[in-house]
Amino acid sequence: MNTNLDINTELAREILVGFIKSEVTRVGFSRAVLGLSGGLDSALSCALAVSALGKENVLAVRMPYKLSNQNSLDHAQLLIDQLGVQTKTIEITEMVEPLFKLDADTSNLRKGNIMARQRMIVLYDQSEAFKGLVIGTSNKTEILLGYSTMYGDSASAMNPLGDLYKTQIRQLARAMHIPAPILDKAPSADLWADQTDEKELGFTYEEVDQLLYLLIDQRYSLQEAQDAGFDEKFVKTVAARIQRNQFKRMLPPIAKVSNRTIGYDFLYLRDWGT
Amino acid sequence: MKLNLALAQINTKLGDVEANLAKHLDYIQQAKAEKADLLIFPELSLTGYVLQDLVASVAHKPTEDDPIFKHLLKASNDMDLVVGFVDEDSRHRFFIASAYLSGGKTLHVHHKVYLPTYGLFDEGRFFAWGDQVRAFDTRFGRMGLLICEDFWHASPPYLLWLDGADLMLFSSASPGRGLNDKEKLESARWVERVTKAYASMFTSFVAHCNRVGYEDGLHFGGGATVFDPNGEELAHGPYNLEAITYAQLDLNQLRRTRARLPLLRDERTNLTLSELQRILQK
Repeated sequence: MNTNLDINTELAREILVGFIKSEVTRVGFSRAVLGLSGGLDSALSCALAVSALGKENVLAVRMPYKLSNQNSLDHAQLLIDQLGVQTKTIEITEMVEPLFKLDADTSNLRKGNIMARQRMIVLYDQSEAFKGLVIGTSNKTEILLGYSTMYGDSASAMNPLGDLYKTQIRQLARAMHIPAPILDKAPSADLWADQTDEKELGFTYEEVDQLLYLLIDQRYSLQEAQDAGFDEKFVKTVAARIQRNQFKRMLPPIAKVSNRTIGYDFLYLRDWGT
Repeated sequence: MKLNLALAQINTKLGDVEANLAKHLDYIQQAKAEKADLLIFPELSLTGYVLQDLVASVAHKPTEDDPIFKHLLKASNDMDLVVGFVDEDSRHRFFIASAYLSGGKTLHVHHKVYLPTYGLFDEGRFFAWGDQVRAFDTRFGRMGLLICEDFWHASPPYLLWLDGADLMLFSSASPGRGLNDKEKLESARWVERVTKAYASMFTSFVAHCNRVGYEDGLHFGGGATVFDPNGEELAHGPYNLEAITYAQLDLNQLRRTRARLPLLRDERTNLTLSELQRILQK
């Protein structure tokens, strides 16, 4: 059983930097915008974007809510200082509170989704103002598990990280000298106090990345994954999450009635003509 | 006899044949300044790779009256060329093709015989399958052309060898995949291994030209290679950069290698044929 998730970080960096540069410039842009949460994924996306486009062409936007952890802002600042990127801080509290107040029963989950989507709105507005494309920050682990808000943090013009598992993100981030406090802290969406990804998911990234690597990259069956030593309940939970969240990874289906329907038999890459 | 070979690992504009032609002509000028005899471009070098519904609109014929090929045929008076394109036959079937141009003429056209239609590939949905693997004569000796998946299978290089090809020219638009802790991507290591193996087993020159650039997140890594009949690497292009890689081929090496190692002389083609017939009749 091969569950070695180690990557050649120099090669990864070269491919991802080239990807950002290519996708931004081929459509006539030279700049990029991204939300900087203070966490690892957005820190890495930001560092890659700076390598691809130069610090003056990258706008890192911090979008705190009044209950956001102060560490998130501070850690984002560490990275901003290190990279020297353009930066803006736009607090979303006054944008989301009116919606929260409409319904006293608004759950944490709903609030989290509203905040994620509000940040998307701010980011896409800054995209137009800064004339930069929005760089995504979702990794392969969270895309597979559906651990994201649709049209929220998952929205972007391009995603350099989506084929790297969280543990591989850590390796690449370390190689790219992301500040230690960002590397060392527990991953969190910081949507409510004391939230951490691993507490909410019920397993660690270390564990689930090994399993995902076997199921997805190595095409193991669920039984083969169990035979390789993974707990049956864990395997089934993860497999169910992957299936249940397929909708988050797709454009909405279009009811086919004509002879040629977008998405089925009208097939062109996004990079068409570039 | 010496052959100055050049491999142009270019990026392409998806579906923009005129822009790609301009790049070809530019690279031909560069190679001319370096006195290249033969310049090889990658698979689908005139069109880009993931064409999908663009296929019909980018197809061309390698003839003098074609608005694209007339420029390339003219340029082939200066040096021989291998270019990648979408070929449309008289009955409107579309092929992934490579053309060998020399002295203003199209000497040979190869239609890709293996269309990968699995994993990230979907060529069989959009293209017709080629049905010939033929060597052909050039002013530098007998050669063969293959395109990407063609040489992931062992039989097309073997057939070219038996058909007299002493120089095998491979072109690719090979999406890099399989990042791990190794120095190169899994797909790149695989291609370099088999390309070297063909040169060694067939005691022939093997040159491979792979494109660079990105298409919707697919990444093409370049890394052109040339191996001599001993399986020794003569040249290796950079990864992920547009470049021309030059190699001078001493064609007399064929004689020296085969005098020492007569694999071609001893190849038992009738044994292969009779066993194949038995296997296929099962």
